[in-house]
Amino acid sequence: MTYEVPVAPGEKAEIETSTDRDLDGWPMWEVFVRARRGISHVHVGSLHAPDPETALENARDVYTRRGEGVSVWVVPSVEIHAFEPEAAEEYVEANEKVYRLATSYDIPEEVGHM
Amino acid sequence: MTPEERFQALIDAEEKIEPTDWMPEGYRSTLIRQIAQHAHSEVIGMQPEGNWITRAPSLHRKAILMAKVQDEAGHGLYLYSAAETLGVRRDELQELLHQGKHKYSSIFNYPTLSWADIGTIGWLVDGAAITNQVMLTRCSYGPYARAMVRICKEESFHQRQGYEIMMRLCEGTPEQKAMAQDALNRWWWPSLMMFGPHDTDSTHTEQSMEWKIKRVSNDELRQQFVDMTVPQAEYLGLTIPDPELRWNPERGHYDFGEIDWDEFWRVVKGFGPMNRDRLAHKVNAWEEGAWVREAAAAHAAKKAARAA
Repeated sequence: MTYEVPVAPGEKAEIETSTDRDLDGWPMWEVFVRARRGISHVHVGSLHAPDPETALENARDVYTRRGEGVSVWVVPSVEIHAFEPEAAEEYVEANEKVYRLATSYDIPEEVGHM
Repeated sequence: MTPEERFQALIDAEEKIEPTDWMPEGYRSTLIRQIAQHAHSEVIGMQPEGNWITRAPSLHRKAILMAKVQDEAGHGLYLYSAAETLGVRRDELQELLHQGKHKYSSIFNYPTLSWADIGTIGWLVDGAAITNQVMLTRCSYGPYARAMVRICKEESFHQRQGYEIMMRLCEGTPEQKAMAQDALNRWWWPSLMMFGPHDTDSTHTEQSMEWKIKRVSNDELRQQFVDMTVPQAEYLGLTIPDPELRWNPERGHYDFGEIDWDEFWRVVKGFGPMNRDRLAHKVNAWEEGAWVREAAAAHAAKKAARAA
């Protein structure tokens, strides 16, 4: 659908985003949901809320309206730490160490499952 | 590998682009614009349906409609959340909407005049939305694609409840069936307009297809929608208001008439029946809700001070 609204003749596309003003003053929270017992919490998105309790209530209403979860975590987004994107290339290098993988060893079939 | 080459290699390999990856500025700004418009559409889309909550014909229908309107708010939030991964804030985007600088889907600038409009919106408008959004689950930007997966699951409920409303009306009294036909007459063409200009006139399509933001063109999606919807109208015993609509056995598709593009551009430019009301209502809701936001912030500050 075109939720993507076309630019009408004589108008310009507004893609600029205006200000750094913090209009609602609410911090952002990352939301993690455990879909069912036995599996880990998985990141599902984010939301804004003034405090942890409200963040949890909003997370429940936004992300688990149809029994998508048995447990919800909210974490302030500023508390999530990650490697810089450039550092990600080091992971690629790590993947080249095929001798770490079980599949890089030839074991005769008659030995059985190993 | 340069960042540009790495980006292109990911796109070519059908891998997703994630928020911290390098991306061309145009890719970022196209996505911000499209995701924001999509989010605004979900939020404004609550209004035409909210209009009927107090007048739903039964408690059951009222509960369904409230759940659906709540879903639309949720969809807006998933999408703002996806947009925020691109380095903008939800409230900046909302401010651009309030200033009239950002748009939302023109379909929500038409009024909901009868209960049958609620059925028709679920059936046609959400049906058109699904056609588009199923494609967007394969979008190259990870957070947008993931939001679409969630949304598509919920849209299926929206479309089915709408079609069920239409079935009940069409097996009801002659007046009820006439009401259903009237709603179809008014919503058919605006629903086809939801897919946007012809491919030949669509300025964004080519680049968006190259970036795999968009996977199927406007005209192809519109054709898919028509092919899917015609048999559904036949089942209801309703007539689609297009004298040129007919099955084309050579193409294996329905042929259909030309959209009134003057009306299309008029509504895009802000002169549809409800443009002004929709935006005024949205701004008003934000302003009148200020005390709730202030109270929540004050409560949070007080609790934090007590805990310290």
